Amino acid sequence: MRKLSLFNISKLYEMISDNKQLYLPVDNGAGQAGYKKWEYGMTMSQALNTVRSAKDFFFPQTENLVDFKMNGKNIEIIDTRSEAEDFVLFGVRACDARSFSILDKVFLSDPVDSFYKSRREHGTVITLSCTRPEETCFCTAFGIDPSNPEGDISSWIEDGDIYFEAITDKGAVLMDSFQSILDEADESAVETQKTETRKIMAKLPLADFNLDGFGDAALLEKFNSPKWAELSRTCLGCGTCTFVCPTCQCYDICDFDTGHEVKRFRCWDSCMYSDFTKMAHGNPRVTQMEKFRQRFMHKLVYFPANNNGEYGCVGCGRCLAKCPISMNIAKVAKKLGDN
Amino acid sequence: MIEETLIPKLGRVTDVRIDTPDVKTFRVVSPDGGKCFEHIPGQCAMLSIPGIGEAMFSITSSPTNTEYMEFSIKKCGCLTNWLHLMEPGQAIAIRGPYGNGFPVETDFRGKDLLFVAGGIGLAPLRSVINYVRHYRANYGTVDIVYGSRSKEDLVDYNEIIEEWSREEGVNVHLTIDRAQENWDGHVGFVPNYVKELGFDVNKTVIICGPPIMIKFTLAGLQELGFEKKQVYTTMELKMKCGVGKCGRCNIGGKYVCKDGPVFRCDQLDEMPNEY
Repeated sequence: MRKLSLFNISKLYEMISDNKQLYLPVDNGAGQAGYKKWEYGMTMSQALNTVRSAKDFFFPQTENLVDFKMNGKNIEIIDTRSEAEDFVLFGVRACDARSFSILDKVFLSDPVDSFYKSRREHGTVITLSCTRPEETCFCTAFGIDPSNPEGDISSWIEDGDIYFEAITDKGAVLMDSFQSILDEADESAVETQKTETRKIMAKLPLADFNLDGFGDAALLEKFNSPKWAELSRTCLGCGTCTFVCPTCQCYDICDFDTGHEVKRFRCWDSCMYSDFTKMAHGNPRVTQMEKFRQRFMHKLVYFPANNNGEYGCVGCGRCLAKCPISMNIAKVAKKLGDN
Repeated sequence: MIEETLIPKLGRVTDVRIDTPDVKTFRVVSPDGGKCFEHIPGQCAMLSIPGIGEAMFSITSSPTNTEYMEFSIKKCGCLTNWLHLMEPGQAIAIRGPYGNGFPVETDFRGKDLLFVAGGIGLAPLRSVINYVRHYRANYGTVDIVYGSRSKEDLVDYNEIIEEWSREEGVNVHLTIDRAQENWDGHVGFVPNYVKELGFDVNKTVIICGPPIMIKFTLAGLQELGFEKKQVYTTMELKMKCGVGKCGRCNIGGKYVCKDGPVFRCDQLDEMPNEY
C-alpha cells in the first residue's frame, strides 16, 4: 500500500492527465456531483456519489454504431468505429465499480459488443472507499463492501492522505506511472477506516435488506404475485429509475438522417416506456403494471437466473433518492419477499 | 477491430414475388452473389432500410437453397410498408442469423412431422418444410395443415400446389376461413380442421400462426392425445439487437432472439405468460 498527501493530489491528476484523459466527480455548484474531465484547478467532489452513474463511460447514453450513404437503389455501409482513447475514472464508489462487472456479463458475453469492449479495455478505474454512507445505501445486500471497493486501483482518503492499492494488472501499470510521488504506507489507518465504515453500514435503515426467496425457483411465483398491482399503482412511467441506474442496460437502435448520410445510433431505452415492446401487431406489456414488473423481475429474478445468482442491482440507492413517487427496488423486494 | 454483429452487411433484392394482397416474398443475395450468410431453419435475420427502420424477419427459404435467401413479409407497419415498395435491384442492410432455429438434425430426425400454420405463420415453417423435403429420407411422413382468411391470402400457394402436394409422403391440408368461389377445398378455422383430421399422436408438431390459433390448436392437439413436449412453436416479440442485450424480447429470463424464437410448448409453461 502506498500513500500521497492530499496537498499534492493536483500533481497526481496532472501526471495521469499527461497520458490519459482523467475524469473525476466534480460539484456542479448546485450541490450535485457529476463526472467531468479534469482540468487544472479542479477538485474532487465531497459528495457521496454522482447523480448519474459512471456507466456512461463504457455504455454512453448515445453512440453512433454505423453510417449509411444512400444513393438511389444503392447503400454504402460505413464502419465508423475507432479504438477508444485511454482514460482513467477516479473516485468511483464500490457500488458503481460492481456495476461494471454486471454490465460486463451483458456486453462481453458472446457475441461481444465491440463498442463496450473497446471502452472497457481502454478505461482504468480508481475506486474510492465510502466513509459516510447514506441512508439510501444498501450495497452490502449484494456482497459489496463500500469500505473496500473493487476496481483496478482502490483508494482510501484518511487524515489528509490518500492511500492506494493496485488490484489488477492494469491498475498496477497505471500506479507505476505515478509511483514517483507516492510514499510507503502502512495499512493501519485504512484498516481503522474500514472498521468504522462497516459500523455505520450496520446502522443504516436498509442494513437488514435481503433478497431471501428471490432467484430462479421463485420466477413464476413472483411474476404472478397479486402485489404488483398495488406496488405499481402510482408509477408515472417516467423512466428516471432506469436512467440513473448503474446496471440498467436496455438500449434502443434508431436511425437519424442528417441529409448527407444516415447515422444509426444506439441510446439508452427504458422498459418503463410504452413503446418499449410495441410491435406492429400488438404489445405484450400494455399496462404500467406490466412494465413496472418487468424492471424489478429483470433485476431480482431474471438476471440472477441467467448469471449464477448474481442480482442486477448494486444497492447504490439512486432510484430511492430520485423516484418522484418514492417507489423503489428496496420497497418492492421487501413487499414481495413477505409471504 | 473485432466483428460487430450490430453492423449490418449489404444485401440486394433480386426478385419480388406478390404472394397475397399484403404479403410479398423478397429474394436477397449478397453483392458478390450467393447468400449473405448460412442459417438453419427457423432462424431469423435483421433487415433494414437505413433511415426507415430495422426489424427481425424469419428466413423463409431453406438453408439447402445455396443461391439466395427469401423473406415473406406482411405489410403491417412503417418498415414493412417501405419494403413492399421495393423493386428488384434495391440494396438493403442485413445481419444475422439470429436465434436457435428448429432442431431439424436432432429431435426432428426420423419423426413423422405435422406442420400447422395460419396466414403469414407459414413463413418460418416453409424453411423447415423445404429442408425436410430436401433430406426426405431422414424424416417420416409430412402433414401440412395450412389455413388463411381466403384463398388469396394463402402464402406460397403455387409452391404448395405445384411442389408440396405432389410429393410422395407429403400430405397437404388447406383450409380457408369462409367459403368463396373457385375454392372446393376445406372451409373452417385451423384448430377445428386439425381436430377433424385427427392425427396419429406419434407425430412431432411444428406450429406457427396468430397467438389465438396456436392456443386453440394446442388445446385441440391435447384433446387428441398429444403432449406439449411434442409441439414446437416459434415466437415473435419486439427486438432491436438480436443477441439478448437490448433487453426487450424477454419472456421471463429467456430472450426470444437468442434463446428462441423456437420453443417447445412444455418449455413455455415454465415461462411467464407475457407474450
